[in-house]
Amino acid sequence: MTIEATMAREHPVPQEARAGTPLPAVRVDYRCEPRAVRIAIIAIAVTFLALFVVLPLIVVFASALSKGMVAYFAALSDPEALSAIRLTLLVAAISVGINLVFGLTAAWAITKFDFRGKTFLISLIDLPFSVSPVISGLIFVLLFGAQGFLGPFLEDHHVQVLFAVPGLALATTFVTFPFVARALIPLMQEQGTQEEEAAISLGASGLQTFFRVTLPNIKWGVLYGVLLCNARAMGEFGAVSVVSGHIRGETNTMPLLVEILYNEYQFVASFAIASLLAMLALITLIAKTVLERHLDEGKLPHDD
Amino acid sequence: MAAIAVRRSVLPGFGLTMGLTLTWLSVIVLIPLAGLFLKTSELSLDQFWVIVSSRRTLNALKISFGLAFLAALVNLVMGTIVVWALVRYRFPGRRLLDAIVDVPFALPTAVAGVALSALFAEKGWLGAPLAALGLKVAFTPIGIFVAMVFIGIPFVVRTVQPVLIELDPEIEEAATSLGANRWQTVTRVILPSLVPALLTGLALAFARAVGEYGSVIFIAGNLPNVSEIAPLLIVIRLSEFRYADATAIAVVMLVAAFLIIFVVNRLQRWAQTRLPMH
Repeated sequence: MTIEATMAREHPVPQEARAGTPLPAVRVDYRCEPRAVRIAIIAIAVTFLALFVVLPLIVVFASALSKGMVAYFAALSDPEALSAIRLTLLVAAISVGINLVFGLTAAWAITKFDFRGKTFLISLIDLPFSVSPVISGLIFVLLFGAQGFLGPFLEDHHVQVLFAVPGLALATTFVTFPFVARALIPLMQEQGTQEEEAAISLGASGLQTFFRVTLPNIKWGVLYGVLLCNARAMGEFGAVSVVSGHIRGETNTMPLLVEILYNEYQFVASFAIASLLAMLALITLIAKTVLERHLDEGKLPHDD
Repeated sequence: MAAIAVRRSVLPGFGLTMGLTLTWLSVIVLIPLAGLFLKTSELSLDQFWVIVSSRRTLNALKISFGLAFLAALVNLVMGTIVVWALVRYRFPGRRLLDAIVDVPFALPTAVAGVALSALFAEKGWLGAPLAALGLKVAFTPIGIFVAMVFIGIPFVVRTVQPVLIELDPEIEEAATSLGANRWQTVTRVILPSLVPALLTGLALAFARAVGEYGSVIFIAGNLPNVSEIAPLLIVIRLSEFRYADATAIAVVMLVAAFLIIFVVNRLQRWAQTRLPMH
């Protein structure tokens, strides 16, 4: 339970399936509030989420399209916008790649073997979730900045980390560090080691076992972790803002460009970029729901 | 390393994967974080204290922690109502509502920031009617509070939801058959068994709101001592090359964040000893 404790949000096993089955009729009588109370609770819940969540989403698209489609697409095809989109994709690809490899190795080490300090190791992996985004950027400034620990060394060797792609990728990797590992650890824990042990005892090599036995079992979990990791990587603002240096056309990712355009009162352009990110979020949520269904189904054969 | 792997040693790759895991973890997370504390240790205790107790820093910390706590309380109440509707009632659009809860997680913070700021600005869809009532939200501390409520919405819902679903219906039936009315059953039987989950959700929402940057700075107004949050002050100090100041504030926030994790872990352990129902 402590694994799920710190961050229940990334738990890949949904309760939806159980919630969807209607309660037995006998119990409904015992477990129901008066009709008026029921309606009031539903109304409050719907109103609250409509005002605080749905309305902001609508504002994004309405503002982006407020000057018409032509202005919208003109804003998106601006060279600055295009370079921000390219940079965002590049940074996300790097950090998702790193975290995918890390997540797979960490989950293998943690779930397939017994060792002391496992819970502690998992909390260490979780650490980036509880660090403020701004601090996540700050630590890399302290490490690589001109006054930082490695700053002079990097300068001597003409390596640019801050205000360049490596810095952006590092900060993003830090922020998204736990996602893939978190998605895989509970899943692989549940699946145990029997299938792998059988494969090994039948003479398969470690890599064969991993690619032919483990990976097919966890493919939806891997996708789930990559999906959430990618969404956060593309949308990260605070950490990236601190290490970026805001060099126009060079180190501005999409969220940073949203900020710059907004502060310059270029609202249509700002919300046009924001609308792309909002669409990314919505697609991520839909894909997440689909994957959760797969994960739930995938679990059933292992129950016996 | 291999000596620690007691059982299950049939499978290969422990040394390799554990080695890689620890290396990645150190390079990307632990060493950079340690650097923050190392940098702070260059300050004397007096210097550290002067920075942390300066009026502007104290006010920024007060604003971040105070408003985050208020927002987390609102999320506790509204989250309980939302989760109750989602778990206990069947109504059209319930699944959609369930999915909507996750939007604050998925929406990039900068997008949430500009959207909330446009929504609550004096001419915005919600800002205009509120302004007519004499309530100015955008560019005031209330704006910070609103943004913090937004980003905290999923925490209480998602931590309480599984517990409420798994709650044994027989406890409620027993309470009812022993003569408790519905209100008594809910407040004295159901809610107490949700307390660990509710507190966990509260703590997670609070932790997130304290450190939040992107969704807050657009709507905050960012007036020093009035509506300037601590993460923004870190950014400002960095841009002034006052690294020591930035680091000191960051350490205070980080220690607070670690304390919150500790509390959450404790809460989870408490929940396990209290509810052996799974």
